[in-house]
Amino acid sequence: MDNKPTIGQPISRLEGHLKVTGSAQYAGEYQAEDLLYGYVVNSTITKGKIKSIDTSEAKKMAGVVEIFTHENKPSTAWFDFKYADMDAPPGTVFKPLKDNDIKYNGQPIGLVVADSFEMARYAATKIKIIYEEKTFETDLKTNLEKSRDPKKGLASMLKPPPPKPTGDFNKEYENSHIKIDSQFSHGTEHHNPMEMYASTVIYEGKDKLKIYDKTQGTINSQMYVANVFGLKMKNVQVISPFVGGGFGSGLRPQHQLFMAVMASLALKRNVRVTLDRAQMYMIGHRPPTLQHTQFGADKTGKVNAIYHKAIGETSRFEDYVEIVVNWANMLYPAENTLLEHEIVPLDVYSPLDMRAPGGSTGMHAIEVTLDEIAYRLNIDPVELRLINYSEIDKSSDKEYSSKELKQCFLQGAEKFGWNERNPEPRSMKRGNKLVGYGMATGIWDANRIFGRAEAVMTPDGKVEIKSAVTDIGTGTLTIMTQIAADELGIPIEDITFSYADSKMPFAPIQGGSFTTATVGPAVQNACQALNKKLFKLAKNMKDSVLSEARLKDVQFKEGIISLSENPEVQIKVRDILALNEGKSIKTTNSAMPNPLTYGKKARAVHSAVFVEVEVDEELGIIEVKRAVTAVAAGKIINPKTAESQVLGGMVWGISKALHEETILDHQFGKYMNANLGEYHIPVHADIQDLEVIFVEENDQFVNDLGVKGVGEIGGVGMPPAITNAIFHATGKRIYDLPIHFDKLL
Amino acid sequence: MHLMNNFDFTKVTDVESAISSTQKSKGNKIIAGGTNILDLMKYFVTEAETLIDINSIPGIDNITELPDGGIRIGALMTNADTAYHPVVEEKYPLLSKAILAGASAQIRNMATNGGNLLQRTRCYYFYDINTPCNKREPGSGCSAITGYNRIHAILGHNENCIAVFPSDMCVALAALEAVVNVSGPNGERQIEFSDFHRLPGNTPEIDNNLEQGEIITGIELPEKGFSKNYSYLKLRDRASYSFALVSVATGLELENNIIKEARIALGGVAHKPWRVKEAEDFLVDKKANRENFSAAADMILKGAIGFEHNSFKIDLAKRAIIRNCMMALNPESQRPGAKPSL
Amino acid sequence: MKIAEKKSITLTVNGESHHLEVLPWVSLLDALRERINLTGTKKGCDHGQCGACTVLIDGKRVLSCLSLAVMKENTEITTVEGIAKNGELHPIQQAFIDHDAFQCGYCTPGQICSAIGLLNENKANTREEVQDLMSGNLCRCGANRGIINAVMAVKENAPYE
Repeated sequence: MDNKPTIGQPISRLEGHLKVTGSAQYAGEYQAEDLLYGYVVNSTITKGKIKSIDTSEAKKMAGVVEIFTHENKPSTAWFDFKYADMDAPPGTVFKPLKDNDIKYNGQPIGLVVADSFEMARYAATKIKIIYEEKTFETDLKTNLEKSRDPKKGLASMLKPPPPKPTGDFNKEYENSHIKIDSQFSHGTEHHNPMEMYASTVIYEGKDKLKIYDKTQGTINSQMYVANVFGLKMKNVQVISPFVGGGFGSGLRPQHQLFMAVMASLALKRNVRVTLDRAQMYMIGHRPPTLQHTQFGADKTGKVNAIYHKAIGETSRFEDYVEIVVNWANMLYPAENTLLEHEIVPLDVYSPLDMRAPGGSTGMHAIEVTLDEIAYRLNIDPVELRLINYSEIDKSSDKEYSSKELKQCFLQGAEKFGWNERNPEPRSMKRGNKLVGYGMATGIWDANRIFGRAEAVMTPDGKVEIKSAVTDIGTGTLTIMTQIAADELGIPIEDITFSYADSKMPFAPIQGGSFTTATVGPAVQNACQALNKKLFKLAKNMKDSVLSEARLKDVQFKEGIISLSENPEVQIKVRDILALNEGKSIKTTNSAMPNPLTYGKKARAVHSAVFVEVEVDEELGIIEVKRAVTAVAAGKIINPKTAESQVLGGMVWGISKALHEETILDHQFGKYMNANLGEYHIPVHADIQDLEVIFVEENDQFVNDLGVKGVGEIGGVGMPPAITNAIFHATGKRIYDLPIHFDKLL
Repeated sequence: MHLMNNFDFTKVTDVESAISSTQKSKGNKIIAGGTNILDLMKYFVTEAETLIDINSIPGIDNITELPDGGIRIGALMTNADTAYHPVVEEKYPLLSKAILAGASAQIRNMATNGGNLLQRTRCYYFYDINTPCNKREPGSGCSAITGYNRIHAILGHNENCIAVFPSDMCVALAALEAVVNVSGPNGERQIEFSDFHRLPGNTPEIDNNLEQGEIITGIELPEKGFSKNYSYLKLRDRASYSFALVSVATGLELENNIIKEARIALGGVAHKPWRVKEAEDFLVDKKANRENFSAAADMILKGAIGFEHNSFKIDLAKRAIIRNCMMALNPESQRPGAKPSL
Repeated sequence: MKIAEKKSITLTVNGESHHLEVLPWVSLLDALRERINLTGTKKGCDHGQCGACTVLIDGKRVLSCLSLAVMKENTEITTVEGIAKNGELHPIQQAFIDHDAFQCGYCTPGQICSAIGLLNENKANTREEVQDLMSGNLCRCGANRGIINAVMAVKENAPYE
């Protein structure tokens, strides 16, 4: 039996076979008897009221079973808090079909339920709605006078407000040797996972539902459904083993879940509701954001004054915020800081965390401002970052639990060939293409929260690990299996990781790069507890050779418990189980950070990003020719899936820098490119040579596994690195994203 | 009002039946590849009572070599089969390059040549039935003029409509002076390519000069294919699978670096592929160099007017023309997807 | 409101015949997913803008969302479920696993069918051409490098190290 540690091995995804053969089933793909199909009806106005809604013609159509609107919606919970989910911002959660009030364009205002998807969609066009329209405001830039501080709430725990001002920013900035003052603008973006939001609700009898939902949190959806519809938690089961991309869009229960459950309970039938691609633009977005930076530095490049302000869009009903301005002082230890984040409520749906929320926005402004300092002082951009390097997080005055960012710079620069860069803008050419090298730093939180896991060893020696956590393509299934295999000392093949079912032990929503650090230790604890039980049984066996041994003296390897010092003294797990009267051994355990010590150190994952662009001098066309991202993220459980996470983030960075933006037409208050043809994400032809380096980083503080999470970090540093490379290539400093090539003409 | 996706379906096996059924009712619509009409029907932009499947009509899905040295390309031939056909690759590589710059491999495998000519604009407002659009609903107004108009026209537009015709293939066909073969209730006729598509005028809802009941059976190309000096360049917001902001088809006939004949057509800038005869004539007997191409580009863009988000296209189109003419001098340099080279 | 009549059709999918009664408005994609219960073919946009619904018809890659089921009689339709033969993965499928050419897996069936179509066409000679000719398949996870690596490896018959 091969029993090398699996942690650190590039193991291929365990569900790979299911995914390449089309056998992996996603939420909208479960069959059920006499399944009904719901199609959501959306408001075509942006603000106002529904004066009348006439469903009579649609209702008469063959195959149409029911049409739900605010006029006949079954009763649901009254209190606001019942609708709040794990990721709800402070404010009042939107309640579908609550009344005739229209708060944003595309708001779901009805559900047609029919015996086929096509009929439901068709009947939806036969509903006659008369609106009373009100004037609306959707333009962030023309409503800045309404900017205000966001309200605080539960969500502020993971998204703390900006740190208080330190020192005297104004004075220090005024007296700085150089001052850089820049303004940035980012457009709206939509998550656009490839799979469209879907819920298949199986009606299992009175008030009992099994729900296949597209979500990043099975228990989050379960809790929402139980609270809103007044069901018992145990009567709501939410299952989501395969999620066709999340990127944050599944952190909150989406309205197709509400609609499908409502219809299923009312009709006592199995119901599926799937959104279409246009409707995918009505479930949350990365908010458009304006930023202002003023950084002051001395002659040596030391940044002594940092001002960073962000103004983001939110809805009228929730105060969505993301962490945009907290990063600069985490990286650069200036003594004088002024960090502000405000929001402008507009007539749009609430924004929603989207991959590296805030980080990919804020770091763009910070790292471009750094690049400007480098140019002003004629200091190499990498050197400038080393000049401002800090082992502590100045914003909290705490030491980092680990920070191998310096190694990221060194190894990344070496791999990239940074020293071949002539710092002069427009100095490097290839044919008629201007060549630019740019770099930037990336940072993201290394958090963990509370999670649970169960481990069951059956008499045949196989182990099932259970957790409600999802795997949205992150490799969670594979990674958790590896963690269990190494802890138990048995091969991966003997472990089944059962997951993505709300009936399983608690796991939080999957996001923020904290899943592995949260669920991993729970799996580890459960496996350790299982080992302990096995050991106890072993000790108690008749004439046990381990009767005198203590737990810390033994090892669990290859299905054998043996003395670490003298492995000849051993008991086979198989033999322990044989004496256990055919019973399984079961344990459920939790893991959470130690509240007494966890806050004593700052924790973050870091990256250094190096990018080469080619810009066609005459036509402006930009190509990202190659990029190297060096990441320090603690222990890498699976270099293959982790690399893919970072690569994916890099592609997102390219997309954010050069491609994607949702266009809101303020004449109508609606998104005009709500499709995948005109909302551009990169195609294969846009993605050239990408490389990832994992820098070795040991961190026993963050958790016993030493893992930090890599879901966001890949996307954080790319946009500024690309922007800086474009400046190096062309001498043009573009502050607004995405950078369309015509800006370089 | 939304009849759209409730439609009947029937197949025809000869041109006459196709003509008679479309002549019978405006609600009877032809379907071939389906890549555009089904998209539009799902958005409720196009309505049909009956879809007439013409894919079984024999004899118009291939290439015929004509006695005058030209070829006839069947209307039902797919874009991919056309682009990869040995005769097209050899004699009309400009057409091949233009087709391969459009859409995706899957769509090119489905879309037919006839359908390519008949595709509708990609204007956001045309596609959204809840916004005013004169092309979709005559008299309702043009939302794009005051809206987001990055992808819109800079030439040949008016206050009624600033939409652009999105085809790549047709830009090459315009440059190659193709002729469209049409069959209708009154028999067959030929339409010069430059007369096929229309400018918006007062009837932006009408894209082309096909009469009710007429169907395209083929596209004829004259012998001259500019296979020695040609280039297709497509500038867009990502490297593939997106529509042109500006595209250029260039064919040159050279003798010792002196231009004997020039064809330059622009895509992505107007309601139809854009050619300016005066500019092409200007180039005749001139040296094939940047200076002359630049002067021609100025002529082609004469009178161009941009809007809030697309004024860049005027300058961009000029630069694209120059670059593409230079690329035509060295056609081997062309890159997949019609990305810029040199 | 009169609805058009259902048509009686036979589709041949992965070598098996399926008799269906469908309205003309049923796309091949919905016929596969909702009527024949072959959900391997994915719906990502339903408008020909993402490639997730790519299937092979008579060996050629096409978009099933922009095809009507009633128009696909007398063709051989191959979906991702029909790619592996006798339990043996197609080299492209194995290469996708080896190169980690997917994350969430939702675009994967379309990418795989498209890659097989590309190999059948045999028009891509360079990596840049493969990238261009695979560009009709979007991947939001950003697995682009792995996907192109997988296709190149099969094209060049290179074993995965």
